[in-house]
Amino acid sequence: MNSTPTVLTTNAIDQSEVFRVDVTGPRSAAAQGQKPITTARPTVAKQATGEVTHPVKIRTKNVDFFYGDNQVLFDVSLDIPEKSVTAFIGPSGCGKSTFLRMLNRMNDIIDGTRHTGDVLLEGSDVYDSSVDVVLLRKRVGMVFQKSTPFPKSIFDNIAYGPKVAGLRNKAKLNEIVETSLKRAALWDEVKDRLNSSAMALSGGQQQRLCIARTLATDPDVILMDEPASALDPASTARVEDLIFELKKNYTIVIVTHNMQQAARVSQRTAFFFQGVLVETGDTRALFTNPTEKQTEDYITGRFG
Amino acid sequence: MSTASTSSSDATLSKATSSLHRSASLVRLKEWGIRSLLFLCAAVSILTTLGIVAVLFSNAIYDVSPRQVGPNGEVRTNEAFFQQVSLTEFVFETRWTPGYTEKHFGIMPLVCGTLMISGIAALIGLPIGLCSAIYLSEYAVPRTRALIKPVLEILAGIPTVVYGYFALVFVTPYILKPLFQDLLGFNVGVFNAASAGIVVGIMIIPMISSLSEDVLRSVPRSLREAAYALGSTKFDVSTRVVVPAALSGIIASFLLAISRAVGETMAVTIAAGQTAIVTADPLRSVATMTSYIVNVSKGDAVIGSIEEKSIYAVGLTLFLMTLVMNIISQFVLRRFREVYN
Ligand SMILES: Nc1ncnc2c1ncn2[C@@H]1O[C@H](COP(=O)(O)OP(=O)(O)OP(=O)(O)O)[C@@H](O)[C@H]1O
Ligand SMILES: [Mg+2]
Repeated sequence: MNSTPTVLTTNAIDQSEVFRVDVTGPRSAAAQGQKPITTARPTVAKQATGEVTHPVKIRTKNVDFFYGDNQVLFDVSLDIPEKSVTAFIGPSGCGKSTFLRMLNRMNDIIDGTRHTGDVLLEGSDVYDSSVDVVLLRKRVGMVFQKSTPFPKSIFDNIAYGPKVAGLRNKAKLNEIVETSLKRAALWDEVKDRLNSSAMALSGGQQQRLCIARTLATDPDVILMDEPASALDPASTARVEDLIFELKKNYTIVIVTHNMQQAARVSQRTAFFFQGVLVETGDTRALFTNPTEKQTEDYITGRFG
Repeated sequence: MSTASTSSSDATLSKATSSLHRSASLVRLKEWGIRSLLFLCAAVSILTTLGIVAVLFSNAIYDVSPRQVGPNGEVRTNEAFFQQVSLTEFVFETRWTPGYTEKHFGIMPLVCGTLMISGIAALIGLPIGLCSAIYLSEYAVPRTRALIKPVLEILAGIPTVVYGYFALVFVTPYILKPLFQDLLGFNVGVFNAASAGIVVGIMIIPMISSLSEDVLRSVPRSLREAAYALGSTKFDVSTRVVVPAALSGIIASFLLAISRAVGETMAVTIAAGQTAIVTADPLRSVATMTSYIVNVSKGDAVIGSIEEKSIYAVGLTLFLMTLVMNIISQFVLRRFREVYN
């Protein structure tokens, strides 16, 4: 199903760029088994302390971004580690969504935008003219703040991605739909009504449907823009559990306004302020002991 | 109020109050006047519709006083169409010859001609109209849009009689004749259903494209972004997400356009001729319901004759057909609005 584009295959990356990430999350994740890495990149070492080192999945270098003449990102350089959750926090309008949408070129479809700097996925430039943006977006999926089910059946929503990628085999589609829904923890709730409209699901179910729909395209990276901000606490908890579960196999980047959420689900956090990446680091360290004054003010609620 | 005259301060108060009342009632009168005027304007269309229905009914179905005494004392019968012709004949007879000595009143040839021309028009107008709507809403950059929209509006503004002559003096001799007669060996009539269908199809393109474009544009942007984020090309987004999401609106625009094609008169009268026959050959002349009405109206049918009455029966049939289609399209459109509140 996945014809990997030549331009995006793994390049040798800088061996020194390896993160140390604490995977001992709040939900007793100590016993997680790491999936073997099949690429030619540096081997991930599991250490006795429960710390795992993660290679860089996405690296941005000196990214500036403009809506027309209005510059909203200033020289953002950030490394995002593989198979872990990276959270973007910062006050409204600071450019979190814009930066997130840079990563799978969603800003391309907005007229009058431009950028400078590089975005590298496994070492290759995603803005290179030879990159097929359709294939890029299959590898770097996105979940939006407002759930956006298509006005189709639940089955057709999930099968959409594989279908546009050219998959016709009914049995294979059935399998993908089932595994995607199971991974998104929605299967039990909808398995008896796959052919009814997705619009009839509750808000929380719709959001998990959108996550399942993204999983069905078999991405490596999932970008989430405030995925739980429109949900009630119970649905939010389910989505957070899901994110925690998914990071075993996927690289996840999540934008959130909820500091507790960032602390709960993420291993690394990046704090943005007025289009500038102020501080980035291990989530626990950043929340307990921020180095920058602005970060401290923000996380202690002094402005926001 | 009754105690107002006891003290001077009360008196002023009373005066103020009463003047307040006077102006209030003046305002209310003005309000009433405006409201009545607006109501009358709205009522014009309702009254017109009722009037048309009444005329159609009394001439086609049932006349309350069919016997009338003329100025010289002679008695004329003025019976409605269906008081003289049975509904069974009207529906099942295959000949339509009200002007001949041997009269037959089967609506089938006229319905057949109307459906053939509308069918050809739909075959041409619907896909082209929809494709231009998709182009305008999904593909066109603002500059091309600004160029195409006025052209479509001009197309919509051309008088239908011009379309009729365009069919007669261009489409038939320069397109249909060379293609079907010289190349393929069919016989192409001077008047034919195909040329009429083609120009009516062109005529309904602006209607379909502007109505469909509106519904396509009303599909939320978030839905398009979600589709792009799943690895869609622009074509996937347009055909698999946007068009299906707007489907009921598109169908409604199709129905409205088809009912316009069914009711189209001038172009059809000029281009298709006046041969009321049941045929499957689009290269022959046919008569439609509308062209029949035109030809009888401008001809010398005697007032009160069955020939004159027949146009009301045809008109009623046409009225019912377009009414049903408009009702269906309204219904479909309402369903679409419910999906995206
Ligand atoms: N489509 C657009 N066109 C023009 N300007 C935009 C557009 N989208 C965002 N902006 C501007 O870019 C800046 C950053 O917006 P962005 O949406 O990235 O912020 P954000 O951090 O995601 O905020 P929030 O937390 O409210 O979602 C804002 O000043 C915003 O007004
Ligand atoms: Mg945002």
